[in-house]
Amino acid sequence: MTATTETLVPFDEVVAAYDPALGLEIHVELNTNTKMFCGCPATFGGEPNTQVCPTCLGLPGAMPVVNGKAVESAIRIGLALNCEIAEWCRFARKNYFYPDMPKNFQTSQYDEPIAFEGYLDVDVEGETFRIEIERAHMEEDTGKSSHVGGTAGRIHGADYSLVDYNRAGIPLIEIVTKPILGTGAKAPLVAKAYVSAIRDLIVALGVSDARMDQGSIRADVNLSLAPKGSGALGTRSETKNVNSLRSVERAVRYEMARHAGILAAGGSVLQETRHFHENDGTTSSGREKSDAEDYRYFPEPDLVPVAPSREWVEELRATLPENPAARRTRLQAEWGFSDLEMRDTVGAGALELVEQTIAAGAAPQAARKWWLTELARRANDTGVELSELGVTPAQVAEVQALVDAKTINDKLARQVFDGLLAGEGTPEEIIAARGLAVVSDEGALSAAVDKAIAENPAIADKIRDGKVAAAGALIGAVMKEMRGQADAGRVRELVLEKLG
Amino acid sequence: MSEQLIHKTAAELADALAAGETTSVELTQAHLDRIAAVDAGVHAFLHVDAEGALAQAAESDARRAAGEARHLLDGVPIAVKDVLATQGLPTTCGSKILEGWVPPYDATVVRRIKDAGLPILGKTNMDEFAMGSSTEHSAYGPTRNPWDQTRIPGGSGGGSAAAVAAFEAPLALGTDTGGSIRQPGAVTGTVGVKPTYGGVSRYGLVALANSLDQVGPVTRTVLDSALLHELIGGHDPLDSTSVDAPVGAYVEAARQGATGDLAGLRVGVIKELAGDGWQAGVMARFAETVELLEKLGAEVTEISCPTFVHAMATYYLILPAECSSNLAKFDAMRYGLRVVPEGDPSAEAVMRATRDAGFGDEVKRRIMIGTYALSSGYYDAYYGQAQKVRTLISRDFAAAFESVDVLVSPTSPTTAFPLGEKLDDPLAMYLQDLATIPANLAGVPGISVPAGLADEDGLPVGFQVLAPALADERLYRVGAAVEAALTSRWGGPILAKAPNLEGPR
Amino acid sequence: MAHLADLARIDLDDAELDHLAPQLNVILEAVASIGAVGDLDDVPPTSHPVPLTNVFREDVVVPGLTAEQALSGAPEAEDQRFRVPRILGDEQ
Repeated sequence: MTATTETLVPFDEVVAAYDPALGLEIHVELNTNTKMFCGCPATFGGEPNTQVCPTCLGLPGAMPVVNGKAVESAIRIGLALNCEIAEWCRFARKNYFYPDMPKNFQTSQYDEPIAFEGYLDVDVEGETFRIEIERAHMEEDTGKSSHVGGTAGRIHGADYSLVDYNRAGIPLIEIVTKPILGTGAKAPLVAKAYVSAIRDLIVALGVSDARMDQGSIRADVNLSLAPKGSGALGTRSETKNVNSLRSVERAVRYEMARHAGILAAGGSVLQETRHFHENDGTTSSGREKSDAEDYRYFPEPDLVPVAPSREWVEELRATLPENPAARRTRLQAEWGFSDLEMRDTVGAGALELVEQTIAAGAAPQAARKWWLTELARRANDTGVELSELGVTPAQVAEVQALVDAKTINDKLARQVFDGLLAGEGTPEEIIAARGLAVVSDEGALSAAVDKAIAENPAIADKIRDGKVAAAGALIGAVMKEMRGQADAGRVRELVLEKLG
Repeated sequence: MSEQLIHKTAAELADALAAGETTSVELTQAHLDRIAAVDAGVHAFLHVDAEGALAQAAESDARRAAGEARHLLDGVPIAVKDVLATQGLPTTCGSKILEGWVPPYDATVVRRIKDAGLPILGKTNMDEFAMGSSTEHSAYGPTRNPWDQTRIPGGSGGGSAAAVAAFEAPLALGTDTGGSIRQPGAVTGTVGVKPTYGGVSRYGLVALANSLDQVGPVTRTVLDSALLHELIGGHDPLDSTSVDAPVGAYVEAARQGATGDLAGLRVGVIKELAGDGWQAGVMARFAETVELLEKLGAEVTEISCPTFVHAMATYYLILPAECSSNLAKFDAMRYGLRVVPEGDPSAEAVMRATRDAGFGDEVKRRIMIGTYALSSGYYDAYYGQAQKVRTLISRDFAAAFESVDVLVSPTSPTTAFPLGEKLDDPLAMYLQDLATIPANLAGVPGISVPAGLADEDGLPVGFQVLAPALADERLYRVGAAVEAALTSRWGGPILAKAPNLEGPR
Repeated sequence: MAHLADLARIDLDDAELDHLAPQLNVILEAVASIGAVGDLDDVPPTSHPVPLTNVFREDVVVPGLTAEQALSGAPEAEDQRFRVPRILGDEQ
């Protein structure tokens, strides 16, 4: 199925000859307790067909009732995207047949979305792009099919399919951008940065698990090319369900190259759905969007209109968290981070962790250092997110406090983290159990310094002659003798004192 | 004994149960015996649940013996239109596509009658998915009118109306989308009420047209309808369109109306619902009934509702649009019929073949019309325009109800017509609902009560009363007054004039 | 007609089309009279006969069906799922 016959134009040549237009549709699965229109659990991963009722199974006679919490989440998302909130809007039926859709219509919103006309600013390499939001509307998810026979798990060539409707009816918010123009060579990065910004915003709002890998955020990427400077809009392709930030960037890059290949050869791009392939970064043709596709939208008669009062909207506006971009700017200033340090912190998904560590008493640079070096390495080694590593910001702050108090040094601190990850108790307990505390017994330290001087007379002479830089070798010897459990600063003082 | 029982009204049966003069098992059995005797001819029932009904009756008797009756009607049996979901009982909607489907849940109205202790005798016949005015569009064969078994019992709820007219059940549940309770009531000499839209829960009613459908009582007397309406009515959180208001005092209104005093009541006769195509005998009984209202103290005026002439076209755009979408769920994937064509058919091919084999002609016609009315490029001219005319029809009602308390018309332009007469002439069939459709479009309540027999054919004529939304009490007051006066004029209920059917009476 | 049947997923054969087409034309002619009401730009459409708004449910789980109940009407089931014939085309 991968597109082996496509002629791909090198990226530089694409952007030299064409202006890309992006459009993104993001589906956010809400983390409400229950589904959009019934009281079934909206949780992920139940046994097949155990989270269903007459309504979400589309049984004859069953009726929907709107989940008020989902409306609240939709309004909050709309407000966070700087949207207008509809004073009055309706649900509509989108009619099409598909086996994973229990009623053969999706209850959605059509020309009356709950939120519309908003924007979101994203930064790409120091340049700000304002992404205009056309609408954010409420709808329901479909069931899930698994395909049996043929190429394992693929729909094409399967003998038959098995459908589980647990997911059917889970609330979705679909966020649709207006065409994003003027991104040029940065189009792939802008697309990625936008999806990333939406994810951050959703996390900050707390309205979704926001797990792209589990499908709780799904992006469809529309792309078209027009001859450079023409101001026209070309025919677009729609690449569905792109499931990671990296894939968003790759999908845009690939489609730009593919479209350019077709256009350069004098062909015309088909308006169609495409599928992205993670393995090789290509897309393949899905379904051609033909005129036959006629969704016959009409207002859902079983649901009454939603008319959020302005008081309610303002109440919800007051609950909005700080805008993620503004918050980042504020924190960077507060912490005194360089642009690079801030970008790395955000990129590592460590912003909240660092913030909480600082709140627990650690200095900003110390907090950043632990999370982005020592702990990031361990997370990377074990293949988990930093936040799931098993070390808390409070523990990191506690370890740093012990370093500040010279109870331990950085090297010993690493061993404390080992202990924390092994579940050996609190930092204090680990230090006691492992015998990690820095030796503060002046007598033992003095004896070790004397021993090092005696064993390294040549170096000692150099120091006596004023070559203070040579002290490092003696300090190393002392630290080795003390098995690392000494305060290196104090050792240096003693060495210089004795040889001064 | 059983002869006496089956002729009693539900209110009388409730009194007899309360007085210990009969038991629920006895009267449930009496109705089951009657069904066994006459239903081969009438064919009001698609499914009879003798065992279940008797078990529920025995439980009712036990409750009553323990002094724990749950409701006045506890123990009085009832028939349920096959469009309402009944857990454990087949629900086919008169369609092959749902043959054998047993819902795993109850409609709210079914839950309410079960909770109140009414034994369910069975499921009644209907036009397929409630599309029709004759019950001939049932995939399981037509119901026959107890007054003349060569004629239609009305539709879509011909089964429920015929069941009460033939004394097979004292009470039945019907549904009314464009007249499916009232028109069968008219042509079978029974009482039928379409409540205010939102007054009775639609949860578990297999939707024909969601914005028009309403569940209501099908009975032989106005008081019985009031009793049943009070039981099934009221807010249901499972139906978003359900009105959150207390149930009206329908029984009280019916009792008050039966005293015959309509002094000060302002009655409007709808000018547009008369004329060519209206049967002379129907118009004669209607005129007499209007005179009767005046005698009872009402002030009668003629009222024009000019947009009602567009009600038919409006209805036959809105209904098919909604039903084309509602019926999409019947696709052979999750329940119901699955027809597998030869070869290695895809899911889509199975859907197409199943829907072709499982739906009857009228259903296909309406799905096609609805698909057309909603399709891109036609929406504004058809569905969109129909929704606007719907607004105008509601405005006509609103204007009329500024000057009158109730509106009246004949329920149906004709009496029962012969089976087969209009089967392949959809428009002629649609005209049956001319007078009943406006109420559904505007969401207002309506009742049909017997007005006598037409001179030319001796068949029942219905008198329709319409009231403003949420003023259903007026239907009962006026309906009971008409019923009391006419019954006294006739010297007994109209059904006493119906022919004897085979079997115990 | 064939396009409508296709949109509605009904496999009408030629004989059925011949039977239904004239009836549909008669009905469509009749309902087309709705256009004669005139230009109704100022009239709001009625989608709901009773003017309710904001009917919401609490976000609280209520018991639904068991898998057995859910699958009780299924023409075919396998591994606690609805078994359906092979699916053409793509998810939307």
